[in-house]
Amino acid sequence: MLKFTERGIYCPQADMYIDPWEPVEKAVVTHGHSDHARWGMGRYLCHRLTAPILRLRLGSDIAIQELEYGKVITANGVRISLHPAGHIIGSAQVRLEYRGEVWVVSGDYKLIHDGVSEPYEPVRCHCFVTESTFGLPVYRFPEPALVFPEINRWWAQNASEGFNTVLLAYALGKSQTILRHLEPATGPVFLHGAVANVNSALEGIGYRFVGERITAETDRKALSGALVVAPPSALGSPWLKKLSPYRIALCSGWMQLRGARRRRGVDRGFVLSDHGDWEQLNHAVAATEAETVYVTHGYEMPFARWLREERGLRAHEVHLQSTEVVEGDL
Amino acid sequence: MKRFTELFTAIDHTTKTSEKVAAIVSYLADSDDQSTLYAVALLIGNRPRRPVKTSDLKAWAVAAAGIPDWLFEESYHIVGDLAEAIALVLPPNPLSEHDYRLPDVIDELSSLPERSDEQKKEVITDYWQHLGKDERFVFTKLITGNFRMGVSRQLVIKALSIHLGMEEAAVAHRLMGKWVPAAETMASLFAEPEQGNRDFQPYPFYLAYQLDSTLESLGDIRDWYIEKKLDGIRGQLIVRNGRLYVWSRGEDLLTDKFPEFRPLADTLPDGTVIDGEIIPWQDGRPLSFQVMQTRIGRKNLSQKSLQEAPLVMVCYDLLEWKGEDIRDMPMHYRRNLLETLLSSPTRHPALLLSETMPFSNWGEVAVFRRQARDFHCEGVMLKRRDSAYGSGRRRGNWWKWKTDPLTADGVLIYAQSGHGRRANLYTDYTFAVWDDAGTLVPFAKAYSGLTDKEIVELDTWIKRNTVERFGPVRSVTPHHVFEIAFEGIQQSGRHKSGVALRFPRILRWRRDKKADEANTKADLLQLIAAMENS
Repeated sequence: MLKFTERGIYCPQADMYIDPWEPVEKAVVTHGHSDHARWGMGRYLCHRLTAPILRLRLGSDIAIQELEYGKVITANGVRISLHPAGHIIGSAQVRLEYRGEVWVVSGDYKLIHDGVSEPYEPVRCHCFVTESTFGLPVYRFPEPALVFPEINRWWAQNASEGFNTVLLAYALGKSQTILRHLEPATGPVFLHGAVANVNSALEGIGYRFVGERITAETDRKALSGALVVAPPSALGSPWLKKLSPYRIALCSGWMQLRGARRRRGVDRGFVLSDHGDWEQLNHAVAATEAETVYVTHGYEMPFARWLREERGLRAHEVHLQSTEVVEGDL
Repeated sequence: MKRFTELFTAIDHTTKTSEKVAAIVSYLADSDDQSTLYAVALLIGNRPRRPVKTSDLKAWAVAAAGIPDWLFEESYHIVGDLAEAIALVLPPNPLSEHDYRLPDVIDELSSLPERSDEQKKEVITDYWQHLGKDERFVFTKLITGNFRMGVSRQLVIKALSIHLGMEEAAVAHRLMGKWVPAAETMASLFAEPEQGNRDFQPYPFYLAYQLDSTLESLGDIRDWYIEKKLDGIRGQLIVRNGRLYVWSRGEDLLTDKFPEFRPLADTLPDGTVIDGEIIPWQDGRPLSFQVMQTRIGRKNLSQKSLQEAPLVMVCYDLLEWKGEDIRDMPMHYRRNLLETLLSSPTRHPALLLSETMPFSNWGEVAVFRRQARDFHCEGVMLKRRDSAYGSGRRRGNWWKWKTDPLTADGVLIYAQSGHGRRANLYTDYTFAVWDDAGTLVPFAKAYSGLTDKEIVELDTWIKRNTVERFGPVRSVTPHHVFEIAFEGIQQSGRHKSGVALRFPRILRWRRDKKADEANTKADLLQLIAAMENS
């Protein structure tokens, strides 16, 4: 039912692409990260909560058809529906059904509830197209429920030692998850403009997050003991100067590896991801009850081989366009 | 193990030396004497020998994790560190309440080589089961043999000095030599030694920084001793109570490697400690470092290798005389004693005096340093005449001033991902020069010399311009040219390019040069010929 083409995952029967990277007429977009939601599509089909993000990032004049989770539309006989992927606000798995055959394209997903986005729901299917960002057994993440208190303790400790705290987290998704779990009594919370912009867009659909935007007028004294959330691109930029003295941490699944943290030259690395870890990927694949699995985005080769040899599935690796930069997790 | 792991983590989490010292001091304050000794031993790199084979360790980890071998290898390649890869693939055990005393763990590991493979597996798997994730990593790191704490010896000395209320120089002295924590107590290690029981103990070496200011800023040249900087092995020769000990700067006891020095036990007076350069020497001049390396690498010293690489010590300082520590005396005093000692008619031929160079102004020094290779040395040492013999690397009284390295421009042809901090990044490079047939032949491997930013940029380029992959190695389009610096060059039958370099490293990225502007094999051979003629 689906083909892996130069432009993206394509459904010929419905004449629709899923997360294409080149301009096409009809695109289903799983979520708002820039390696999935690209510019130049004739029409976008996405979840209702993804729509404001697309408008923020791709322009207010794009044509969007919004869909609720579980609601079915039909295109040339193909029944298409979106289901929660638990990755970020509005993120969806795409279910396609044609003549009794069901395919699910996962997009990016995680199984652990982050307290912000609609929790992941498994969808039974014959063929499952899964991401594999963290598809190696070394990526088994600690419970976020253990990580957030660690972040809060670190913030409190920094504040007591006269340091501001900078958390680097992707502006869309992880920033909101973190903001939701901060201990507000510890001190003031400030935001990099990129994070504040996303928050404003999300306010339009009813979300509220703590934090004040840092502007040229922001008084340095007000930042004393504060926690600042900024995108990873701020690392090493002059923008950070205003925040000193500070200690800085990166929040990412990649922080699972010591080498990755040391290479970034940050004080701390918190293992916090909006992707599923090894356990979750395996759990998700099993829950779909799919017999055929296409593995994309990440460690395709080892994860597909693992599913084939150790789980007895028909698993194939699919190399989509160069995926060396995955936005959701740096 | 938990407290020691906390220390490891604290040190790992900061780049600030003050915070590292504070973390060590706090650990020492929390620990009993025995734990302190064991931790200090590990901190200064004095660790037990590897108790099990790496391949066994992998096999046990794979079994405990319930994953196939190939998946472990994939993971290990991504992580870049064996102990870390093992700690991460084992079944999670986040809330382990179990704790072990560091000395018990180390002692048990030290006893493993005598046990059967089955017992080894049982012991190690049992630790893995009961330790939390971070402790597992540190524990496994202790076994894999590349355990490093990320603190310099100097910082450990500083922390101990604070903890014990003892002077840093005294602490440094007590820590010298390969002591075994199981055989020591805090008192035996740090209290004033009794006569005779620490005869083997060397003094901390005094190390010089590379000169980073103008010669003129050093003041009057008559206040300085100027010596050739030789390219051998820095060593300390000790004779006490009729016994000889030869230590390298890396604190390896090398007495048995140097039979040349054996007679000194009888000819040097008891209570003599000499600092100098151990170097192969023939016909009044040093032989190349390669000769030394071959000799050091030999397990059994044949008569032939002794003849091919006869060693001497070129002596430049006297630290102990007639049993008395004279390091605080001015250098001219020590040097006079040394000269007297070495001018004795019974002087052994394996001991030479490091000559002081009779320069009358700094300009002459600069000229000599530029041509140092012609005089079989790698630069000059500048030592203040009235300086005491310090401990560790200090600024001010001793300087080294090395001659400029040799350089050649090479083309990047292979890249391999690094380890540790550089895991997952292509950071180990192979460079090539052009041979007569117009083919690129590899001549140097280098791992250092680029900034982090350049490394990332080059890494991205490598990933996009890969021609072929051979396991972890990629061949890339020959495009980028780098200036490679090295300390020496020799003909070699073992290398495709026909040359072997000493200490190759990247000097700079020559973005202004195209691949066909790189050096040729002929250029390198010419360089060797020119050096041999000098």
